[in-house]
Amino acid sequence: MVSFKDLPEEELFLAGSTACQGCPSSLALRIAFKALGSNTILIVVASCTSVLQGSYPLSAIDLPLMNVAFATGGASASGVVAGIKALAKRGELEEEPTVLVWAGDGGTYDIGIQSLSGAAERGTDFIYVCYNNEMYSNTGTQRSGATPLGAWTTTTPGGKAQHRKDIAQIMIAHRIPYVATVSLAYPLDFYQKMQKAKSIKGTKYIEMLAPCPPGWKFPSSQMIEVSRMAVQSGMWLLYEHEDGETRFTGATKRMIEGKVKKKPVKDYLEIQGRFRQILASPEGQEAEDMLESEVSESIRRLQGWVPEYI
Amino acid sequence: MKLLETGNHLIALAANVAGVEVVPAYPITPQTQIIEMVADLIARGDMDAEYIPVESEHSACAALVSASLTGARAFSATSAHGLAYMHEMLHYSAGIRVPVVMANVNRALGPGWNIWCDHQDSISQRDTGWLQVYVASHQEAVDTVIQAYRITEDHSVLLPLMLNLDAFVLSHTYMDADMPSREEVSKYLPPYRPLWKLDPKKPVTHGSVVYPVDFSETRESMQIGQDNARRVAARAAEEFREMFGRWHGAMVDGYLLDDAEFLIVAMGSLAAESRVAVDALRSEGKAAGLLRVRFFRPFPIDELRELCAGRQGLMVIDRDFSYGMEGALFTEVKGALYGYADPPAANLIVGIGGRDVTYELIADHAKRAMAGELAEVTWGDSHVTRAHEITREVLREFEDLMD
Amino acid sequence: MSHDEDSVGYMTSVSRPVKGCAGNTGEWRIFRPVKDDEKCNNCLLCWVFCPEASITKDTLEIDYQYCKGCGICEVECPTGAIVMVKEEKR
Repeated sequence: MVSFKDLPEEELFLAGSTACQGCPSSLALRIAFKALGSNTILIVVASCTSVLQGSYPLSAIDLPLMNVAFATGGASASGVVAGIKALAKRGELEEEPTVLVWAGDGGTYDIGIQSLSGAAERGTDFIYVCYNNEMYSNTGTQRSGATPLGAWTTTTPGGKAQHRKDIAQIMIAHRIPYVATVSLAYPLDFYQKMQKAKSIKGTKYIEMLAPCPPGWKFPSSQMIEVSRMAVQSGMWLLYEHEDGETRFTGATKRMIEGKVKKKPVKDYLEIQGRFRQILASPEGQEAEDMLESEVSESIRRLQGWVPEYI
Repeated sequence: MKLLETGNHLIALAANVAGVEVVPAYPITPQTQIIEMVADLIARGDMDAEYIPVESEHSACAALVSASLTGARAFSATSAHGLAYMHEMLHYSAGIRVPVVMANVNRALGPGWNIWCDHQDSISQRDTGWLQVYVASHQEAVDTVIQAYRITEDHSVLLPLMLNLDAFVLSHTYMDADMPSREEVSKYLPPYRPLWKLDPKKPVTHGSVVYPVDFSETRESMQIGQDNARRVAARAAEEFREMFGRWHGAMVDGYLLDDAEFLIVAMGSLAAESRVAVDALRSEGKAAGLLRVRFFRPFPIDELRELCAGRQGLMVIDRDFSYGMEGALFTEVKGALYGYADPPAANLIVGIGGRDVTYELIADHAKRAMAGELAEVTWGDSHVTRAHEITREVLREFEDLMD
Repeated sequence: MSHDEDSVGYMTSVSRPVKGCAGNTGEWRIFRPVKDDEKCNNCLLCWVFCPEASITKDTLEIDYQYCKGCGICEVECPTGAIVMVKEEKR
């Protein structure tokens, strides 16, 4: 078992960045870099992370880093991996670096899905991390394909009317060797999944729920607590998919096995400001029920639920 | 080695002898033969490169940039809508300063859908920061691919280069061309040595956020690169002539310029056709000459000022149009000459969407221009056909529905 | 066309990694985490959860030059060894 003591002391995410207080992406970068080490090439898709790393001519990230256009995470990885192969053929590399793409939900669910899908279909050997804060946080909290039903954003002033996509399932459908979901409340689980991803050849997709304090309207000190509550309520399910099989992991596994009781979705919704409006409205109960059904449907699907019409 | 091949195949073979290591590309008519040939060369073991079968042109250009920034020599090819789809990434690639080369097979943009030649696609990308060359023959296409990396990879340039060749007229016709060997080319073109790259041994951030206080200099620097490319391209062409004995011009190429009283200015295969027109005009005793613009970016400002001064007239041929204005090359030529030379100038718009252009048509319009009888802007081959009449009938039927 | 040819390579958006790229971000703080060493059981949770890499692993010291005062360490500390205290007016 890995313990906190085993995490490397070296920080490749440098203190004094431009990130907001309690930013989930900066914490996730820290942990991801500890898992992958310094022989890593980082591709940052346009997102908060393009900005929280600091600005010209200084940077908070001590890795070779390329900030790429919004829709190009997957394709940029394919280019870097091909470039690495070319350098390796020339004998210019002692050890081939790991290629890591870091993208938000906008760059993954919406504008970047084609590029990501293409890279996955091509089997590009890289790790794609989506830090999902369920909205366009960088531009001031607009709705995305990852925004959950009922959530307020600046472009869903009455609460979002549609469910979020299940993009991890879309990635599993690409038959890539490794798909995993992670939470910042369980950093060792995240660390180990990143290390596992590094050890596997091919396209690896890892998605993390990234509760955004200003976007979701909760105090920065609660960032880990909100992450934890998302898992405990089933609104964020921890699992990994490997060799054609899906396994629940960590806190979600304990919940599914009945070792800990699932908390109501309402407990999760109530600790954030973005659901306050819908909960107080006449549609509040319906939205809550629909989210509870979404959770049970997701669990059933992950357990191998097959719809009747097949 | 002498080859009899299509322009497209020659481009692919030239990329191979130029030591290209990564080729991300997406198929589009009329470019497809280029990437088919690349895939085939790699499959046969005759090309040691990574082919990335991307899912779109936007991704092709993204992968082109990132492969280059990793330190590899990268090449791609596209056309028309593919180039338009890359637009964001064209700006990106020039902005992050990668010395990539891309062939663009010049094709019209739809709708109406048209796979044939004009220059609207690349002219529309004028301000992206890419160097743009227009070739007029198969051999020039081959030699320009090789020269292109000498130009782009020069540390005083570091800007991407778009090699434009006319759809079908050059891309699909078979012509013989001399293809130097990889060994011969390697004496002319050293391996790519990037000034900066993605390297774990030297971790830096590329493409940072740049605030207004620092941004303008990064853009002026692109213009410095463009300006430096004039000198670097001229030297690359000179040294190429010394090693391989072939010359296609540097920024411009000329034909019978010395004693010409009247100049035709054109790009691409229409310039080759204009050469025949010049011969026809000369046989009638008219002192015409041809100025072929090879580099549209950087634009040959000095060459035009020098070569157009003292002439009695110009006719600029555009296979493109800047809507609301005139042919793009016409505007650029006049802009370069402003305050330096002011021969009467007329603009001939022909060959749009693959319309065949004969040397007779060019010569006839040149004669009218010489006589001062050609309008400032003339769509030289426009005429209403039976097809257009049918459209008018359909539109009238719509009008009837409104009554 | 009278540009300095040598300057071209040095005007691209390349940035150098440094600590404190946004300056002394400790100045952003409204509340300061104060650690009681007697209550601390060295579990490392505060080090792991610090989004700003402002706690050292070996001594669990808080780097006030960069700590933005998000307060996660106070909430997550299992022994109550970290308390957020209002910053004095600077």
